[in-house]
Amino acid sequence: MTNPSTKKGNDISIVLCGQAGQGIQTVEKIFTRIMKSNGYHVYATKEYMSRVRGGLNSILIRISDKPVKAFVDRIDILVGLNKGSIKHLKNRVTSETLIIGEKEVLSDEIEDKQKVFDIPFTEIASGVGNKVFSNTVAVGALISILSVKPEDAINCLKQIFKDKPKELIDKNIEALKAGYETTVKLENFYSVKIESPASGSVKKQILVNGSEAVGLGAIAGGCNFISSYPMSPSTSVLVFLAQKGKDFGVLAEQAEDEISAINMAIGAWYAGARAMVTTSGGGFALMTEGVSLAGMLESPIVIHLAQRPGPATGLPTRTEQGDLDLVLYAGHGEFPRIIFAPGTLEDAFYLTQKAFNLADKFQVPVFILTDQYFVDSYYNTEPFNLKECKVEKHFIETSEDYQRYKLTENEISPRGIPGLGKGLVCADSDEHDEEGHITEDLELRIKMVDKRLGKLDLIKQESVPPVLLGPENYENLVICWGSTFNIICEAVNYLGRKDTAVLYFNQVYPLHDGAIELIKKAKKTIVVENNAAAQFARLLKIHADVKVDHNVLKYDGLCFASDSIAEELNELL
Amino acid sequence: MKNEKYDMGDIDIAWCPGCGNFGILNALKQAMEELKIEPTNLVLVSGIGQAAKIPHYLKTNFFNGLHGRALPPATGIKASNPSLTVIAESGDGDMYGEGGNHFIHTIRRNPNITNIVHDNMVYGLTKGQASPTSRRGFVTPVQVAGVILEPFNPLAVAIALNAGFVARTFIGDKEQTIEIIKQAINYKGYALVDILQPCVTFNKLNTYQWFKDNTYYLEDSYDCHDRNAAFKRATESDKLPLGIFYINPEKTPFEENTGVYKQNDTPLYSREVDYGKLESLISKYALV
Ligand SMILES: Cc1ncc(C[n+]2csc(CCOP(=O)(O)OP(=O)(O)O)c2C)c(N)n1
Repeated sequence: MTNPSTKKGNDISIVLCGQAGQGIQTVEKIFTRIMKSNGYHVYATKEYMSRVRGGLNSILIRISDKPVKAFVDRIDILVGLNKGSIKHLKNRVTSETLIIGEKEVLSDEIEDKQKVFDIPFTEIASGVGNKVFSNTVAVGALISILSVKPEDAINCLKQIFKDKPKELIDKNIEALKAGYETTVKLENFYSVKIESPASGSVKKQILVNGSEAVGLGAIAGGCNFISSYPMSPSTSVLVFLAQKGKDFGVLAEQAEDEISAINMAIGAWYAGARAMVTTSGGGFALMTEGVSLAGMLESPIVIHLAQRPGPATGLPTRTEQGDLDLVLYAGHGEFPRIIFAPGTLEDAFYLTQKAFNLADKFQVPVFILTDQYFVDSYYNTEPFNLKECKVEKHFIETSEDYQRYKLTENEISPRGIPGLGKGLVCADSDEHDEEGHITEDLELRIKMVDKRLGKLDLIKQESVPPVLLGPENYENLVICWGSTFNIICEAVNYLGRKDTAVLYFNQVYPLHDGAIELIKKAKKTIVVENNAAAQFARLLKIHADVKVDHNVLKYDGLCFASDSIAEELNELL
Repeated sequence: MKNEKYDMGDIDIAWCPGCGNFGILNALKQAMEELKIEPTNLVLVSGIGQAAKIPHYLKTNFFNGLHGRALPPATGIKASNPSLTVIAESGDGDMYGEGGNHFIHTIRRNPNITNIVHDNMVYGLTKGQASPTSRRGFVTPVQVAGVILEPFNPLAVAIALNAGFVARTFIGDKEQTIEIIKQAINYKGYALVDILQPCVTFNKLNTYQWFKDNTYYLEDSYDCHDRNAAFKRATESDKLPLGIFYINPEKTPFEENTGVYKQNDTPLYSREVDYGKLESLISKYALV
């Protein structure tokens, strides 16, 4: 079987491999933007080691005339900047892979039949003036292979570096040209021309990654407060809101620990701000008492959790969907919550935006569950449409007889905030009466529990239904949630079977009622998840009473690859 | 003087008869009356413990959160609406034990809040275990051979961290306590008031009489702007000085430093998203 998109000429996968701190990310940044501005669809993701210098990291870039949004194992072109690059990727490099690098550096690893372009990046860069330009030399080599005109690339480079000193821009241009010219002059040079660059619309699309989509969604949701503690891979959202949020009046504070972070954010909501925290598994474990506090106070809170493999410190820079159970059950006591798991950039934006409104409306914790793969992956997508966005503020101006926990018909007590109105806002983590004062009236206790839990039914009425893709009369259903969606989608599309559909959940709790019917309709169901214990399959069993037939699981710290998973699925179907 | 504005009338209070908490409650109410702060503009943030129940006994907005976690929400509240008067108040176990990390870093952060600590040198609500400020040798059901840990010194820690306002009072002297609470609230920045208070049920060592015998007032000539002198006084342990140890008038509060109120002094709740600006930010991602 061939891979989903091996047809050379319209979908090229390029892998850059180098040490941490060596600048492969600069190559990625420049190259993807050049390709996009030339009308191609681009996708990029990285896998990296938990270290600041050294080690070996790699970046996958896909260039295509059709939208590409998924990881593939296949490598058409490998740019090996460091010794060990080929070895690092040995399971993915084949005799079809074109290897670009300095022969001297890679000589020990190159096998007989492998195609190699020997391009002395460092030497060329030194000729331009400094070894640091070898990244730009590599970009020059790549554009020559992909038949991009150097002038187009240079224009783009000028844009990217527009704030840099002129001398630096000139040197980079020189390096790009040198890389280009050396490569085209190679004796065995060949180029790949992607048939027709996609329509001009790609140029107008935006290129963002998962954490930027979450961050932009937060601003669109009216977020004006974030308190968090750094932890990979969740920190990028804190960084984004600290940098870009400044212009939007977002107060971004690095707390002393995650316990402080969530308590501060809940305090901010109490006073009327719209607050969020961003964290990863270990940090979230520390926040769980705070989640329970939000449950009891009936406080809104938005929690972005970017998962990485655990337990404990686990694999800090790798990916996994291993914290679904944690998020589902976090916090002592019984109270409702909402869990979103975006699998596309659009979903990350709109669901994060929506999270703030729902948190405020239902006075519950709302989770955005992503993972390292998701936050670090880019592709071009339509600019997010703000017409669909609205900040719905659900707090009220209080009157003198205001009661924070008033028992109402629909379980929701209007939320006042201190200083707005004549009433007093009394929020209490003890079991409380309608006013908010400690109580041990056990009959009232029952009413308060019913009121808190009763909100779940209201929340469910607004649950986002799962997305069904493929034939309506399916026999097989491949079920996925969160970040695996685009990968599974590409794999199933590639298989092109008329009997198989994909069911994608971007809200994993509470489940939309319609989900059950869609799943039960299938003769065979397969749940694909990036964890070892099939947590979502278990959730389906417990909360929808459906048992799936097969679990496809992956827990080596890496995401699925659409080409490999296609083969695996094909065997199960 | 009757503190009508803050009075809750006839309520059931969960403190033991003779508890020092009653004095602190009255002192707090009176200080608020004298400062003419409206209950609707005050937020009392507490954790969990006997002391931390105080918000339930006066008319005010309150946030009675988790054990040890009064300071982070107090910071979040003040930073979201600086026009509110925010007091974080709990016991010594709550503030210095469970919440010790927040105590340190809130001082560094310096929000304009007042931190009142009911320091009875014991865990009251959980029935008599040692607290961070318990004296060496204090015997409890857990510390059966007496406390063997060095007592936590909140004043010395606060002064070491250059907290802007650091004071200690004894609830046996209500007048001084009221006066110092008022000054702490008027101070623009983080202010610590550690109030020595007997626990009549679980601390038979540090009684009213013990506090009387083991405290003295900082003399009138004492200069509370001298940080080194303040630190020295804070480390005295034979007899505990009472009064304002340290004031640093040159600090800017956290919420001002965040920049969020530079061009706009309205509270966060009243702000709207600038969608036009957001649209242009998003469109920048379409450029190379
Ligand atoms: C996370 C957590 N741990 C422990 C407790 C139990 N607990 C409640 S109050 C308290 C200590 C009370 O001592 P202190 O803060 O000095 O207040 P006091 O009762 O003496 O006024 C403890 C340990 C709790 N509520 N939450």
